[in-house]
Amino acid sequence: MPRRKKRKEIFALGNEAVVEGALLAGCTFYGGYPITPSSEIMEIMAARLPKIDDGVFIQMEDEIASMGAVVGASLAGRKAMTATSGPGFSLMQENLGYAIMAEAPMVLVNVMRGGPSTGLPTCPAQGDVQQARWGTHGDHPIIVLSASNVQECLDMTITAFNMAEKYRTPVILLLDEVTSHTREKIEIPNEGEYEVFSRTVPSMPPEWYKPYEETVRGVPPMPPIGSGYRFHVTGLTHDRNGFPTQRPEEIVELMDRIHRKIDQFFYDIQLVEEIETEDAEVCVIAYGSVARSAELAVHQARENGVKAGLLKLKTLFPYPRRHQEKILAKAKTLVVPEMNMGQMSREVKRVNMGRAAVRTINRIDGQIVTPSEILKVIMQG
Amino acid sequence: MSNNITGNEVIHQYLRHNKKFPHVLCAGCGHGIVLGTLIRSIHSLGIPKDDVVVVAGIGCSGRLAVYVDFNTVHTTHGRALSFATGIKMSNPKLNVICIMGDGDALSIGGNHLIHAARRNIGVTALVLNNNIYGMTGGQSSPATPEGSTTMTNPYGQLDKSFDTVELAKGAGANFVARGTVFHVNKLEKIMTQAIERPGFSLVEAITPCHTQFGRKNKYKSPVDMYNWLKKTAVPVERYNELPEDKRADRMPIGVFVERDRAGFEEKYYAMQRGFLKAAAKGGK
Repeated sequence: MPRRKKRKEIFALGNEAVVEGALLAGCTFYGGYPITPSSEIMEIMAARLPKIDDGVFIQMEDEIASMGAVVGASLAGRKAMTATSGPGFSLMQENLGYAIMAEAPMVLVNVMRGGPSTGLPTCPAQGDVQQARWGTHGDHPIIVLSASNVQECLDMTITAFNMAEKYRTPVILLLDEVTSHTREKIEIPNEGEYEVFSRTVPSMPPEWYKPYEETVRGVPPMPPIGSGYRFHVTGLTHDRNGFPTQRPEEIVELMDRIHRKIDQFFYDIQLVEEIETEDAEVCVIAYGSVARSAELAVHQARENGVKAGLLKLKTLFPYPRRHQEKILAKAKTLVVPEMNMGQMSREVKRVNMGRAAVRTINRIDGQIVTPSEILKVIMQG
Repeated sequence: MSNNITGNEVIHQYLRHNKKFPHVLCAGCGHGIVLGTLIRSIHSLGIPKDDVVVVAGIGCSGRLAVYVDFNTVHTTHGRALSFATGIKMSNPKLNVICIMGDGDALSIGGNHLIHAARRNIGVTALVLNNNIYGMTGGQSSPATPEGSTTMTNPYGQLDKSFDTVELAKGAGANFVARGTVFHVNKLEKIMTQAIERPGFSLVEAITPCHTQFGRKNKYKSPVDMYNWLKKTAVPVERYNELPEDKRADRMPIGVFVERDRAGFEEKYYAMQRGFLKAAAKGGK
């Protein structure tokens, strides 16, 4: 057996790890506008991308333009990304919807800060969870991922790019300020140790190609603009050729496919980490930096003889329902700590349907949720 | 591709055979004329269809993209230039042409227009100015002339209308020109120059909207609107010689700015080649 090459270790900021992950995943385009606490992602990209073959970095005039440039780059065949925070995320929503409709893969990192409005710059919060789900208009599926430590920032960024390319859809990576501004030792995986997925390009002659055709996976192949496949891309509801339509059967076909291409692959998309959940009677469901506090609280609870467990959500949407269902077979209490007024506990309660008691811990004061706070609620049972 | 064919034969080569016609434009609309001049310009320059990307905004002008057999992107309202910037930066070999209306380019997209011009990104922007929001039902746009009536200023437009040419000049575009759909040959010439030039080019094409603008103002028929273009438009060289008091009702057309600064994408990739060369020398 060949000896595994030692991985490079670096001491990195969460935001820095995002950049490392993006570059490993093959990102060659960054368009953005600065906003704390996400700015380091942009700054490091500005230094790194121009030194990479074909790497493009551009600072746009605002978040709306950033998102437009990223979608344009995606259509031109690039793996593209942008990063922002709450107020900027709101501005990006219109073109995010466009990316969903035009099926342009891209990654959008939102480092959450306190809100609403300009709110609490550079204070931790998790207030954009439902904005990530429903921020743009219309009915649509969306993939929202999160990370709770610096290593995960790197890993989940790679995953985000892979899912974006695999399903031809924008993927949102939702971080909180604690994770993105924590500095930790992380390992950079060697080439071949992680999967890199790139969009399928058409293999048929250009005159046969239909840009929005039905396929087995529901994901049509996507050629870069200028490669000989000429087609129309629009945000309007369109037929298989990409031309605007208002015929009910064509509208339904498109919307069904856009939903199905995600629904069909829940097993691939819904990622969680289970800690001590097998026999857990009290189970914490948490994500982001709060999940780290929760993990400590769970271990402390075990030491005190309480059968506690943690379901750490790495995918927030589509909500990992089946993982919660499994826990509900044993759990009598679910504890949902988050740095908002209860945006994810809505999902938990929706799946719970009155089976277990749901206790929420909500902080909106720009402070982190501490292990002792969570422990106290766990111990109440 | 043979360049000796003329008229409809040229147009037909560039229309999409699989798109269901008729189009959305009203009788008397000038947008089709602009599209015709664009096609003839591209044809005369001999640019292959695959190398052309037409990026359009929202509104009547936005729909033009769907009919032509290029790579076409129909974007969100006002944002066409940002999409075009992403495309051009990703693949600088492409000829990116951005079609916008006056509301699209000057109101909601005003910031993008200023910065595309400042950045001097290698995109050709066509602003189809019909002085009105046509598709949404005739509300006033930043280009609606002072004193005219629209759905949203039934008592007359109070504020001054925007001068697209002055704006683009000030923001730093490489090439700025204005034409009208009445002066078709001149418009075609301008457009050809705009596409050929590196950096950011802007062509404002004055095109009448009889349905939403003319009808509610003093132009009873589309013909009146074309006569108005014929009467008011004067070549910029002649306009500059006119005494101040005679200029008020006249609109200068022609080329206003011709600069040869390298486009943003050109400068960026030159910088990158420098880095890559240095890295190769360093043995990395």
